[in-house]
Amino acid sequence: MSFVTELKRGIWTDNAVFKLGLGLCPALAVTSSALNGVGMGLAATFVLICSNVAVSSMRKIIPSKVRIPAFIVLIATFVTVVDLVMAGFLPGLHKALGIFIPLIVVNCVILGRAEAFASKNPIFHSAIDGVVMGLGFTVALLVLGSVREILGNGTIFGAGILGSSYIPALLLILPPGAFLAIGFLLGGMNKLEASKK
Amino acid sequence: MEKTLYLSSSPHVHEGGTTAQAMRAVIIALLPCVGVWFFSFGLQSIIVMLLCILGCVGSEAVCQKMMGKPITIADGSAAMTGILLAFNIPPNSAWWMALLGGIVAVVLGKQVFGGLGYNSFNPALIGRTVLLISFPVQMTTWVMPRTHEITSATPLSEVKMAVGLHGAIPDELKSQLGSVLMGGFGGQLGVISGFALILGGGYLLYRKIITWHIPASFIGSAFVLGTVLWLVDSSKYPSPVFHLFTGGLLLGAFFMATDWVTTPLTPKGMLIFGTGCGVLTILIRIFGGYPEGVAFSILLMNAATPIIDRFTVPKKFGLVPEKG
Repeated sequence: MSFVTELKRGIWTDNAVFKLGLGLCPALAVTSSALNGVGMGLAATFVLICSNVAVSSMRKIIPSKVRIPAFIVLIATFVTVVDLVMAGFLPGLHKALGIFIPLIVVNCVILGRAEAFASKNPIFHSAIDGVVMGLGFTVALLVLGSVREILGNGTIFGAGILGSSYIPALLLILPPGAFLAIGFLLGGMNKLEASKK
Repeated sequence: MEKTLYLSSSPHVHEGGTTAQAMRAVIIALLPCVGVWFFSFGLQSIIVMLLCILGCVGSEAVCQKMMGKPITIADGSAAMTGILLAFNIPPNSAWWMALLGGIVAVVLGKQVFGGLGYNSFNPALIGRTVLLISFPVQMTTWVMPRTHEITSATPLSEVKMAVGLHGAIPDELKSQLGSVLMGGFGGQLGVISGFALILGGGYLLYRKIITWHIPASFIGSAFVLGTVLWLVDSSKYPSPVFHLFTGGLLLGAFFMATDWVTTPLTPKGMLIFGTGCGVLTILIRIFGGYPEGVAFSILLMNAATPIIDRFTVPKKFGLVPEKG
């Protein structure tokens, strides 16, 4: 199990958003710009790594009947850390992401990895799993955010790239645009996979 | 005994009509409106219309080719979507807007669901709505008929803005609203296009392409609700006649709310559908965020069509309901 194959698994073959369909709520809700997407992705990645390590290290002492509440408490701890750090150092981003930062607690990518991987595997492997799955989530949000920001606002990370003659299609940065963009990206990915075989 | 026995569900008698024939009839019915359109807005409106048709037909062909299906652009359904879309966007739209609208209408409104007969929403209205939400300024600025030069807000948005600012329709605007019937406003063609639309709708009724249920209940309910509001406070709410002849109400009632694919199957269901469209149109026009509500109301009722169909299943002939 080399890191590179794991990374490929996290970003492509088992991508949380595009392949597993997990974490769709933040993926659709906050990706109105590339920056918001990356911010959300990195915040979730941090929580995912920490919670994977914590869950993995306590997997032998958590009774299986109450494991979900226990995971939630662990995850909530790290989400609170992210929430406060972001409010202190990145107030703009904190405001843009709004309610979706506290909602990382119930992000199914994080709970899913805790349940499916970290609760059954040693600490080091769980940490690696957190890194690759988190990066996969971040990449997915970055791609989605970029597509929506470029088409819907004519900019990327706030810098104009399509020139002033481009009239942005507002739809793409509104909620329906998120569904359309993710649908077309998924379709494109599946087409690419099908043509490889 | 080497005979094949075919088993199929009803209907067993086919009158021989084809999709292409029906679509041709609809396009013929739209011709008077195309004429009025050309007469009022000039050549550029016809170019916009051709671009809409090109976007629709072209993307239909490309989609069907990509999906490995037989290419059915000759049946005219995509061309009809293009013409309807053109009536739904400003006649002075930029070329890319018309083309994009056509592509969106067919790709997002029709082909992603599996093509003709499988879409749950009216494709032309999907095209219009996507354009309206994406480019609100360009979509609500229309040229004045016949002058071709000056652009102005549509009367519906003018009324909405006036009520928003002053809480009532100012007197000068009110006297102008009278000239709506003479086609003095941008955005619609007053009574001339109204007659062209009624003529086209009449032809469709005569050819039995559509039944009277949806247009009658759509126009009727809009008129009744418009009258009630007007009687309550005529300083704030425009008259019901204004409602009927502005915006896309007649076009929607005759040509878009009667689409076979996206509307209920039974007469009773159609009446519910049409009434819902009319009521929602007036509610959106008067209390909603957008000045025009025909497109939204039809799309909303399209979404409600399966449930209307479920509750209006006709009684089977001769079936006695069981007493519980």
